[in-house]
Amino acid sequence: MTTRHQHGASAEPLLSIEDLHVHFVTSRGVVRAVEGVSYQVHKGEIVAVVGESGCGKSVTSLTVMRLLAQPAGRVVGGRIMFEGRDLLTLGDEEMRAIRGRDIAMIFQEPMTSLNPVLSIGLQIMEPLTIHLGMSEAQARARAVELMGLVGITDPERRLDQFPHQLSGGMRQRVMIAIGLACNPKLIIADEPTTALDVTIQAQILELMKDLVRRLGIALVIITHNLGIVARYADRVNVMYAARTVEQGTADEVFLTPKHPYAIGLMRSVPRLDRPRGQRLETIEGLPPNLLKPPTGCRFAERCPYRIEICATEPPLAPVDGDHLSACHRARELPLAAAATSAAAVVPAVDLSAQPTLLEVEHLAKHFKVPARGLLGGDTRTVKAVNDVSFTIARGETLGLVGESGCGKTTIGRVVLRLDDPTAGEIRYDGQDLGRAAGGEMQKLRRQIQVIFQDPFSSLNPRMSVGEIIGEPLSVYRLEPDSRRVKERVGELLTQVGLFPYMAERYPHELSGGQRQRVGIARALALEPSFIVCDEPVSALDVSIQGQIINLLEDLQRRYGLTFLFIAHDLAVVRHISHRVAVMYLGRIMEVADRDTLYAAPQHPYTQALLDAAPVPDPLIERSRAPRALTGELPSPLNPPTGCVFHTRCPKAVEDCRHIVPELREVRPNQLAACIRL
Amino acid sequence: MTAAPLITYALPKRRHPVLAFTVAQPLGAIAFVVIVVMIGAGLFAPWVAPYDPVALDFGAMLAPPSLEHWFGTDAFGRDIFSRVVYGARTALVIGFLSSFFGCTLGAALGVASAYFGGKIDLVTQGLVDVVLSFPLIVLALVVVAMLGKFVIGGVDVNLIVAIAIPILPKVERVIRAAALSVREMPYVDAARAAGYSNSRIIFRHMAPNVAAPYLIMLTAYIAQAILLEASLSFLGLGVTEPTPAWGLMLSGNASDFYREAPWMILFPGLAISFAVFAFNLFGDSLRDWFDPRFKV
Repeated sequence: MTTRHQHGASAEPLLSIEDLHVHFVTSRGVVRAVEGVSYQVHKGEIVAVVGESGCGKSVTSLTVMRLLAQPAGRVVGGRIMFEGRDLLTLGDEEMRAIRGRDIAMIFQEPMTSLNPVLSIGLQIMEPLTIHLGMSEAQARARAVELMGLVGITDPERRLDQFPHQLSGGMRQRVMIAIGLACNPKLIIADEPTTALDVTIQAQILELMKDLVRRLGIALVIITHNLGIVARYADRVNVMYAARTVEQGTADEVFLTPKHPYAIGLMRSVPRLDRPRGQRLETIEGLPPNLLKPPTGCRFAERCPYRIEICATEPPLAPVDGDHLSACHRARELPLAAAATSAAAVVPAVDLSAQPTLLEVEHLAKHFKVPARGLLGGDTRTVKAVNDVSFTIARGETLGLVGESGCGKTTIGRVVLRLDDPTAGEIRYDGQDLGRAAGGEMQKLRRQIQVIFQDPFSSLNPRMSVGEIIGEPLSVYRLEPDSRRVKERVGELLTQVGLFPYMAERYPHELSGGQRQRVGIARALALEPSFIVCDEPVSALDVSIQGQIINLLEDLQRRYGLTFLFIAHDLAVVRHISHRVAVMYLGRIMEVADRDTLYAAPQHPYTQALLDAAPVPDPLIERSRAPRALTGELPSPLNPPTGCVFHTRCPKAVEDCRHIVPELREVRPNQLAACIRL
Repeated sequence: MTAAPLITYALPKRRHPVLAFTVAQPLGAIAFVVIVVMIGAGLFAPWVAPYDPVALDFGAMLAPPSLEHWFGTDAFGRDIFSRVVYGARTALVIGFLSSFFGCTLGAALGVASAYFGGKIDLVTQGLVDVVLSFPLIVLALVVVAMLGKFVIGGVDVNLIVAIAIPILPKVERVIRAAALSVREMPYVDAARAAGYSNSRIIFRHMAPNVAAPYLIMLTAYIAQAILLEASLSFLGLGVTEPTPAWGLMLSGNASDFYREAPWMILFPGLAISFAVFAFNLFGDSLRDWFDPRFKV
């Protein structure tokens, strides 16, 4: 049984999803998670599926693997052709033979997708013995070979290690090795690098791309990161609210997007390859509820190009050649790039005349962790933050970037005095914040507020929105009575773009973006002058990210707020910050104003970070040489001597092993900690 | 792309929570009915019981179960059915109050211990370990023997204390573990960053988030407390004559006459079993019900 249609002339696709419909039956109704999705994957091709959470991109791939959650998930229509067979009609036994052998899947979370009680070797060897019937010795030899293939050094020794002994990047390599074990024809990678740091992400993706090209494997990457798509994908599927809205080659989709949602996505991400615009152009509103999807075009409600015909459902039709778009106005849409480049380019505001608000000098924060051992008497010290100094002027935003474990969040917590500093000075508006206690500390706390990363866990699930925002008002008697508190809560909700009636709701009734707005309103309630923003947008969908960034900027302008903006996304930091500090393993590597730092980074680590960050433009990406930083992030328990970066630094010399570089001015207003500059 | 296939499902109906619980946890629902019957019997004892539970009737000593005396009578001619009904009152009052005080204090201590951490946590955990190393009944015995009786409004407060004390550390352990994960939640950090007082953070922000395990233990430990009360009464250290109490009815001259009049111990024994079983079962199904992993 073979299929021959549209691709009759070209080679037969390896995987062909045809008009797939998947429903989830829940107690709240039927969620139509995938509706009429079709795409094809050829040998040696990298196909990306892009979309926001809940758009059905992961459900589609789980259906290919026949791993839908049972009994709620049901395939109600369509075919999934793989090598001439419809996977949906195969028996469980036949499907098991295909899973892991012909089709491998790599999941997002390398921390939880490996079994913690089995050795790495055993987990790589398992599919070999099960699917290929290899003997123990054969499997072991093949496992060593595979680990070499995915760039794990010293594979013989690593075979007997357990997952917790490996870093996140290493674990993801192990996952890839397991995926490759039986020479699969197709690999489905569901957000394979989302949990990884930028430099590690680049390593993993380069590896996957190389393997795909060399071994002729087809790869489906499911992601929300447009930069990754531009850098690695051949073909792109954009999904929105359970449907495919645009399909084409990477060049077509990125350079001449033909669906307003795709255009909106391109515009709403802050980009490293374009001058910084005035404001991010965002897609307003929220994606529709798939329990009760709107009739007609699903994007119409949020679409700036909406006209009457959009009340009818647009078919996914060719615009030119194989470039498909599900928009009635696909041919009249403007170019994605036009509006962005026309937007005014804003120079960084000069805040040097402003008085200093926060001053951090030689700050250190060490944590004691129990060492292993039977009696556990010993402790070891993690030097999370070491000798860090910086200042923030009133009304300024200082961006703090770095990879996970570099100490940026710890700095935020120490400034908030959620943790006490081990050494060093913190002065806030001339007062000693590092040592303040009692009533003095309480006064300071009211001026320094915080916005957290995870909008799900940062709001107390047992309190209504009104109680959450109103609590500080009544605790500090900022309003005379409960009626005034209620009014003020309404005002605050309006300020963050919500509605006063939402005060009655509980956090679980709100979307991620709305919850983050509630978190911002709670921070604003005390009328602080300084806010620590700890990754405030990294848990949000792309289109919502832009909305929150704009909100933060508006609030800063209106109330003269000062921000310490902690993030790992270089583009977001560039967009919102006036000055940027780059951290690595507890130390600051480079500080400069935003434009200088991004235009002419001096420190080798800053350069490597900027190199590793993909930008959403396939032309730029293709012209860039793959210069992924090699090596792993060293453990903060045992940091390298001398310059902490010397183990991965392309410029390192012998002296770097011994001399701890001072942060010094290498150019006017640009400080870097490197002896080679 | 074709239009979505038209498919209709028999949707799981949005049921009333009580009905949904009954369907998902039938044993729990049965247990709940038993509990309700017990509470009803306790509350309306004067109307349910045909006789005065302490009235002696020497004309009907050791009478077997009959239409007149459903559960028979004891060595003093007291109606056993009436005593079992009034006994529900004693069991429930002492069971609920001791479980309530034990669980509530244990929970407060657990949350505080988790919140403050450090030395306070260390000392609390040490004390808890010490108390936990005694068997439940031995500890209760010691406390009762030391404190003696202290009756307010017909209820022996010291008996409640004696039963609550062994419950307290067990609850403290469980709640502390739950509170430790709550303490790491950003909303607790946000509350600290807002400069709220420790007691506000503990009671307003952390405690409501450990309410589920608290409620489950509250129910389950009522069973333990009823059992403990019965045991203590049986040993003569709990409720004293002539108050009707199930444990007490098993002791005294019941042990002399159980061969001739087995109903003297059969019915109070069954009452204890049913009550303990019902509360345990209900506690278990509550736990399963609250656990999101058991939900579809």
